[in-house]
Amino acid sequence: MKLKTHAEEAAEFIKDDARTHWHDETLWHVRSNRDRSAQGIPEWETLRDTASATKDYVLSHLGELLEQFEANAKANGVEVLWARDAKEHNEHVYRILQENKVKDIVKSKSILTEECGLNHYLENKGYDVVDTDLGERIIQFAKQTPSHIVLPAIHLKKQDIGKIFHDHIGTKEGASDPNYLTEAARQHLRKKFVEANAAITGVNFGIAETGGFVVCTNEGNADMGTHLADVHIACMGIEKLIPRAADLGVFLRLLARSATGQSITNYSSHFHRPAKGKKLYIILVDNGRTEQLGREDFKNSLKCIRCGACMNTCPIYRRSGGHSYNYAVPGPIGSILSPGRDLKKHSTLPFASTLCGSCSDVCPVKINIHEQLYKWRQVITENTNMDTSKKLSMKVAGMTFGKPVLYDLAGKAVRTALKITPKSLVYSSINVWGKHRDLPEVPKESFKEWYKKNRKQ
Amino acid sequence: MTSKEAILAAIKNNKPEATPLPDFLTFPEEENLVDRYEKGLTGNGGKLQVVNSMEELDAFVKEHYSNDLLIASLVEEVKGNVDVSKISDPHDLEHVELAVLKGEFGVSENGAIWMPEKNVVHRVLPFIAQHLIIVIREETLLTDMHRAYEKVNVADDGYGVFIAGPSKTADIEQSLVIGAHGPRSLTVFLIRK
Repeated sequence: MKLKTHAEEAAEFIKDDARTHWHDETLWHVRSNRDRSAQGIPEWETLRDTASATKDYVLSHLGELLEQFEANAKANGVEVLWARDAKEHNEHVYRILQENKVKDIVKSKSILTEECGLNHYLENKGYDVVDTDLGERIIQFAKQTPSHIVLPAIHLKKQDIGKIFHDHIGTKEGASDPNYLTEAARQHLRKKFVEANAAITGVNFGIAETGGFVVCTNEGNADMGTHLADVHIACMGIEKLIPRAADLGVFLRLLARSATGQSITNYSSHFHRPAKGKKLYIILVDNGRTEQLGREDFKNSLKCIRCGACMNTCPIYRRSGGHSYNYAVPGPIGSILSPGRDLKKHSTLPFASTLCGSCSDVCPVKINIHEQLYKWRQVITENTNMDTSKKLSMKVAGMTFGKPVLYDLAGKAVRTALKITPKSLVYSSINVWGKHRDLPEVPKESFKEWYKKNRKQ
Repeated sequence: MTSKEAILAAIKNNKPEATPLPDFLTFPEEENLVDRYEKGLTGNGGKLQVVNSMEELDAFVKEHYSNDLLIASLVEEVKGNVDVSKISDPHDLEHVELAVLKGEFGVSENGAIWMPEKNVVHRVLPFIAQHLIIVIREETLLTDMHRAYEKVNVADDGYGVFIAGPSKTADIEQSLVIGAHGPRSLTVFLIRK
């Protein structure tokens, strides 16, 4: 099967022009909220610098910190498991469920379990996994994947959700009021919380110093699930560690503000010991992270705290939708993380960027996202059979830009050519760029010519 | 080789050069903490009542919550009708209408209140109740999260949570809806110095 490029995947999404604009504007609104929130904190840049430096420390001391975390967690009565890859992670979860004779599972949003394909795996084993974050539940009903890591159903309109709820939980046909739909989901999910024997959550921050971890939600779904069920399985990527509990002061101030502009999520829960008579497990997952750690140019991507700010601001993401990335983490950060997992499959993602740098500007842990995208492009060009037309045009461009005389001549030739070539020929299938837009009007002369005439004494 | 050994070995091989751990940050103490707290809390969908005494809280509960509803109070001055300490299975809290709890301290920058396990008895109580009231004292208000973590040892209890508002979601077209799974309202009673 031929692998689809990002552009081909995006083509599906942008077919609906009005929806593309709506998606773009919705996410820009979230980005604007983030700006307002960040600007309200005079020490914002100090927080970013400190968060970034703290994560540098974590990455350069990861082994010691993980061992410290494990020792403290074990002393707290938590069972700690290690998983090299997605398969081992899923097997651990399955074994725990079997050992504890679990029937019903509630899950709160976790990008790691999405990355590991846990739902699919457990469903094949006969389990019904109920995602309890409202956005996740919506897309679970619709048999889709999240299109955004913080706002999983951001690509759907309330009418779509009304239809999905009508089909699955019997809301009134045609109803699309968010209050009404949320209330229906509340009643439906309360039943699931009460019935569940096990709750699975992700981890926002693991604390090496104390062996505990923090889970952040606005809905309180992680808490409803874990406190009612007898078994809590927390799935954590090994890069999610922070050294000390007090480092949370920095990270909790940055996380929600960067994500949606709110000052903090309404619930920031700190788990250290299982409640009386209950069990708590933590699975520490590598799944490619140690490999990324060894890539000098890309190791910074492991600092990511999954706020989604880079997606909200990215002009490509906003116009192409999360599904076009075909990876658990879409958008700019996903385009750095994914080629390391499968260079061939994700080879077009680092090209799905304007390299405008907006992603790096909003990143709360100062990951140099756009620089890493540029670096991946070079790696990919060297190591894959990139589109020959792209390769050839790059070669020609390189030659032209390298010789000023040739560049001037080419400019003149193109200006004339564009003036006399019929439109139907310019916007033929060869000009992919012209599919959804017009070329700007061709100037009579180049800037250099204009400058010579007007400024040169 | 166990998975743990394999992961630690891979880290050892790939680890970047050591960098130092940054010092903790501190910022100047702010003034007007009550005003700032109110702004933080209401921004998250909560409501603030500034009162002089616990009697005002008791009167509020009597006025707004009829006695035939289940009320779980862990505040001495408010008499509820659910004895939380006698409940062994948290599922029995399913129909609690109102929970009244005491918070350890409030954080002005974002309205968050630290709620350790000992203050809730059952971890699920502040989530499963339809409505939530938390009492804090004005003198506990802190400027920011840095001061909050200076003050609390998060590992003292088995569980602790910063509660900054009622349960909310904006997953349907970014429309804010209060009352997703947990409390449909959070009212904070701040007792004046």
